[in-house]
Amino acid sequence: MTTKLFGEPVQRREDPRLLTGRGRYLDDLGPDALAAAFVRSPHAHALIRDIDVSAALDVDGLVAIYTWEDLPDRLAEPLPLLIPHPALTHGRTAYPLARERVRHVGEPVVMVVARDRYLAEDACALIRVDYELLKPVVGVEEAAQSAQLVHDDVPGNVGAHLVQEVASADGRGAREVIESAPHTLAFRLDVERSASMPLEGRGVHARWDADDSSLRVYSSTQTSTSVRMAVAAKLGLPLPKVEVVAPDVGGGFGVKIMHPWPEEVLVPWAAMLLGREVKWTEDRREHFVSSAHERAQVQFVRVGFDGGGRVLGLEVTILHDHGAYTPYGIIVPIITSTQLPGPYRIGSYRVEFSSIYTNTVQVTPYRGAGRPQAVFCMERTMDRIAAHLGLDRTAVRAANFIQPDEFPYDQGLIFQDGRPLIYDSGDYPESLRMLKELIGWDAFPEAKAEAAREGRRIGIGIGCYVEGTGVGPYEGGHVQITSDGRVHVSTGLTSQGQGHETSFAQIAAAELGVPLERVSVVTGDTRRFGYAVGTFASRAAVMSGNAIALACRKVREKALRIAADALEADPRDLEITDGVVHVAGSPHASVPLATVAVLSNPLRYAFDEEAVRATQFAGGSSFDRPPVEEGQEPGLEGRDYYSPIRSTFASGMHAAIVETDPLTAEIRILRYAVVHDCGNLINPMIVEGQIHGGVAQGVGGALYERMVYDSHGQLLNASFMDFLMPYATEVPRVETAHLQTPSPLNPLGIKGAGEAGVIPVSAVIASAIEDAEGIPIDRMPISPSDLFGLRRAAS
Amino acid sequence: MPEQAHEITLVVNGTLRRAEVPGRRLLSDCLRHDLGLTGTHVGCEHGVCGCCTVLLDGEPVRSCLTFAVTVDGREITTVEGLADGERMSPVQRAFAECHGLQCGFCTPGFLCTVTALLRENPAPTEEEVLEGISGNLCRCTGYQNIVKAVHRAAEIMAEES
Ligand code: FES
Ligand code: FES
Repeated sequence: MTTKLFGEPVQRREDPRLLTGRGRYLDDLGPDALAAAFVRSPHAHALIRDIDVSAALDVDGLVAIYTWEDLPDRLAEPLPLLIPHPALTHGRTAYPLARERVRHVGEPVVMVVARDRYLAEDACALIRVDYELLKPVVGVEEAAQSAQLVHDDVPGNVGAHLVQEVASADGRGAREVIESAPHTLAFRLDVERSASMPLEGRGVHARWDADDSSLRVYSSTQTSTSVRMAVAAKLGLPLPKVEVVAPDVGGGFGVKIMHPWPEEVLVPWAAMLLGREVKWTEDRREHFVSSAHERAQVQFVRVGFDGGGRVLGLEVTILHDHGAYTPYGIIVPIITSTQLPGPYRIGSYRVEFSSIYTNTVQVTPYRGAGRPQAVFCMERTMDRIAAHLGLDRTAVRAANFIQPDEFPYDQGLIFQDGRPLIYDSGDYPESLRMLKELIGWDAFPEAKAEAAREGRRIGIGIGCYVEGTGVGPYEGGHVQITSDGRVHVSTGLTSQGQGHETSFAQIAAAELGVPLERVSVVTGDTRRFGYAVGTFASRAAVMSGNAIALACRKVREKALRIAADALEADPRDLEITDGVVHVAGSPHASVPLATVAVLSNPLRYAFDEEAVRATQFAGGSSFDRPPVEEGQEPGLEGRDYYSPIRSTFASGMHAAIVETDPLTAEIRILRYAVVHDCGNLINPMIVEGQIHGGVAQGVGGALYERMVYDSHGQLLNASFMDFLMPYATEVPRVETAHLQTPSPLNPLGIKGAGEAGVIPVSAVIASAIEDAEGIPIDRMPISPSDLFGLRRAAS
Repeated sequence: MPEQAHEITLVVNGTLRRAEVPGRRLLSDCLRHDLGLTGTHVGCEHGVCGCCTVLLDGEPVRSCLTFAVTVDGREITTVEGLADGERMSPVQRAFAECHGLQCGFCTPGFLCTVTALLRENPAPTEEEVLEGISGNLCRCTGYQNIVKAVHRAAEIMAEES
């Protein structure tokens, strides 16, 4: 590599556009498009007896009204179940528009298209839907016991049930090991619902070109390639006639990996029918009641351990609330149950989950995707063991760590990608050492005593996690160098603020030896790259980053071969510096990549001065060989894919110091420290930003955010007024340190970083509050009034 | 029955603009859809997130809580009007330098808010910065780099004045 770009805190290339109002988000597109709006169910559980649209027909500007009965063929079928699993014996998905029955507040029933959104909403308000109310099923434990069913053909409301068990070295199951362990503990933990809540909601814009029967769809999605396949299949269109583009996306955090949303198939369908551009932009209330939530789980834990705090046996039983439908399968509880052991060597582990239907918004991954619950469970367990034995909490963790010489380490479980869960690399003892130093763990008792003398309560907490990142199956990259010397990189996965245009350009510039300014990156546009999976599971940098590096290596090799011909040199002696191929150590024997690009494409027609060099009478080509040799292609471009045999495992440890007010029970985070290991860093500034943002979301989940459903299945806090997301005043300054244990699994040695910040926060804050208060904390989030209640109960 | 439209005149980013809007048209929608200035974003439509913040006669307001007809004749600055031609304003440059944005959706609101803040108080303390941006939500950055960017913007402005 000639230019040191990989690993540098390069400023983001997307920023000038986003800072000057020139970003193109979904609702910025199609100024002349018709607007869609939806009549959504106000009831959590009801039969639809009748829909009367007559009063809406007089609304000025009304264009069309659609109900389920209007939907043709495959559009009238339930939406796809994206990730089937043998344990998901009773998977159910919704219809794009409700058919006969609604199962949560917010479920779409009628679609209205009008000249603008105001008028479409006027029409929605005039449509009368006659419902026959059914008893709603709310709360995961209630649902698990209820005779009332969310789906009539799903007994017990159980969508899935899965057990995984890893026996001890001597072949005993966890239950048996726990029975005979020197110490045992049993307890229950609760985690409430939260949601991704990107500041830009979802949105879809579709344009049908009747002249060539093609459809272009823009969606605020985390996966344009997969939306494309779903739209083509649902609308019966040939795949090449459908293009899907993710424009600038105002945050995703998981909710936009779910697809196809009803609107993603309905809006394109309406655009085709009407021959007009149609656009739907989700408003905030719609987002609360119709997009996905996550997190809610009840966990029952039994643990057996020895006097040194080593976990001999662990048994966890999880009730997972997946809401009314399971379009995303059971990925979230699978991740919870398999990432639960974290950085620890657990003697014997049994995990069982039931995934339960309730009459609430469906649950699909939100940043962390089941891991915050897993880490909450494991780390609360570690703290309980320490408390039981009177040991330091970090000592108990250290006693259980997998050691650096034990990698690759097989946890004996099957991970979310259907493959064995084998950790590739890490150094947990070193990570803990760094964290203790960063937060001042060993000196804390003094500070605590000092504070106590002043009548203040402070506490310190810790949380450790391992995160499987970069799951397959694959991503690809395409790199083209054009005859102006510019480098065009494309990859199929999408961006929602992670700075891919910058970090991928850094990779390409470093691999090719060209200035960064010459590289441009396109993501999430199926016109440029059709094969991809999507942006989730902290996989973009690992998957597309490596694919782009591999594609660059192909292009580089080709460039060197062509340049070697032109320079009459051996390709092995050539280097590329600042976009110029030259003989190593002799900068004068050189040819710019721009010229190499010209030479790579034998021409009949010259389109400019430079192109003359590649035309057929320019000489330079041998008459014994065809202009394009066998096995070669014209053009200086290359495409490659990265498909790992399994995930790569990032890890980290967080610690916090909190203060709780002795009178008001207010909770303040005084310090927050993060040690993070995502292997080699492409751009440390971007990685830090990801961690900051993740921690902030974690703080929301630990102290503020919950979805408050009443017993009727009404979401009582469906606005930013009542669902409390942290402002700048609620988020602590995050102190970070990086450990870098490269992944041996991929060429760049990187691991994912996107979700890391959020994963352990609830566990860390619970640990710190418990330390400050001396009261066991077993549910999250915790508000001052919750803490006040706990104090009352304890005294 | 078609809605009654009102003709209004606004000075937006220094340019006189006219629009025909119904009485219920929000200023945010008027800017975005009638005037094509889509840099102003809408994150909640109920006055909490601050994404839609613009400067009305220099003061930050939530354009999602303002009817367009009520600001007839007034002067508005949106994110599109913050730069000096091709040169970004100190606040914009500081956000880029400090990585104060990720998805960029909240950013126009922060930029307008901070521009007004620093005009009032060119050298704010940490507390004043937190207070000053405490009406704007960001789901991506965790605010740390936004806070840094505000201080940096103050520094740049001091250097350049
Ligand atoms: S859109 Fe105006 S405050 Fe949220
Ligand atoms: S940068 Fe995405 S919401 Fe602030």
